Amino acid sequence: MSVRHSLLALLSAGPTHGYRLKTEFEAATGDVWPLNVGQVYTTLARLERDGLVTAEADADGQKVYEITGAGRDELGRWFETPVPREMIPRQELAIKLVFAMQSGMADVAAVVQRQRVATVRALQDVTRLKAAAESAGNLAWLLMLDALVFQADAEVRWLDMCQARLARENTAAGKARRHPEIPAERAVERSS
Amino acid sequence: MVVLDIEGAGRVFRSGRLRVVGLDDVSLRVSAGEFVAAMGPSGSGKSTLLRLAGGLERPTSGRILLAGRDLAGLGEAGLAEALRREIGFVFQEANLLASLTAAENVALALELDGVKPKAAMAGARGLLDSLGLGAVGGRFPGQLSGGEQQQVAIARAVAGGRSLLLADEPTGALDALTGESVMGLLRQRCATGCAVVLATHNVRHAAWADRVVFLNDGRLAGATGPPAGPECLLGTGQVR
Repeated sequence: MSVRHSLLALLSAGPTHGYRLKTEFEAATGDVWPLNVGQVYTTLARLERDGLVTAEADADGQKVYEITGAGRDELGRWFETPVPREMIPRQELAIKLVFAMQSGMADVAAVVQRQRVATVRALQDVTRLKAAAESAGNLAWLLMLDALVFQADAEVRWLDMCQARLARENTAAGKARRHPEIPAERAVERSS
Repeated sequence: MVVLDIEGAGRVFRSGRLRVVGLDDVSLRVSAGEFVAAMGPSGSGKSTLLRLAGGLERPTSGRILLAGRDLAGLGEAGLAEALRREIGFVFQEANLLASLTAAENVALALELDGVKPKAAMAGARGLLDSLGLGAVGGRFPGQLSGGEQQQVAIARAVAGGRSLLLADEPTGALDALTGESVMGLLRQRCATGCAVVLATHNVRHAAWADRVVFLNDGRLAGATGPPAGPECLLGTGQVR
């Protein structure tokens, strides 16, 4: 998540204080990614250093931040450039399944099923929020919730795939035990 | 009030010496106004569950009770009557009659219930209006989009105040946004007290339900409870 560009985007609507940026960011993304104030001010300091925003003290001595021309250019480039896909975030679930399988300590199918129930439950919650956002006509929030929905959707479909692969593997292993003369790959073909 | 009570239902299909278990000891209770989704891979028993619930097939073990009445205790005629009065079906294809307008398709369901044609037509229009489909009432199925056809099919399925709606992959052929509006419509029916059971392998659509049950190899493999409050997910990053 680019805090840097999100702050520039918020500032493109007009100059404001640092603490306002925090609340505006959280309101726009529905509190899904809470920002800490320290992160906001560190980022603003870097943006100021890079000439993308300017800061001026108001009558109360509080800093008011304003986006510069270079800041607008940077924001424009962000919108024009696709988010890179090379950086695969570390996924605890994938890692857990890999080690569940390797360690032999866990029933992998049960791990898959427990996760599926938990993810679908989370998806039900988001779906309820979506219905509320829909009736409130809050489009930006709806897009945000859709993103969460499709992430969960992808996870569940991946779990389905894991389950299918495990089932196929088990069938093949069972057949190989009963018919040791059949090579494992052929047993797999027969079971599909 | 419990509308549908499936007690330890099983269904075994036989063909010669081959014996295939379609459903194995599945219990499910659905109350009025509740929306339950059944999920699972192809062949897991979702459709069999719906066919048993709708009386289209008889269980080989266990019981199916509709509003407390055991379907096995009803004769063929009694069963047909009970199913027609109480249960609406929606499938992947809308199956509307092409020669009738949307409103006439809905009205036909009411006429089969014994409502006079004029009153049936008024009832159909009122129902379509209440579902936000008033504008399509006068159009023929060929003039409707796939999503609109499916929504009209749902209206037809619930016409006459049926207490149970069984939907088997009703969004299979629809795009994401249209599928969602169909789910919205099912939700809306629940709010009027209708019980809904949806079979789907689309988890985004299943998530519209109050409860999701998972089937695998004909058996229940887990379920989510009724949904928790949104605060459980957002802000804390936790799911209960």
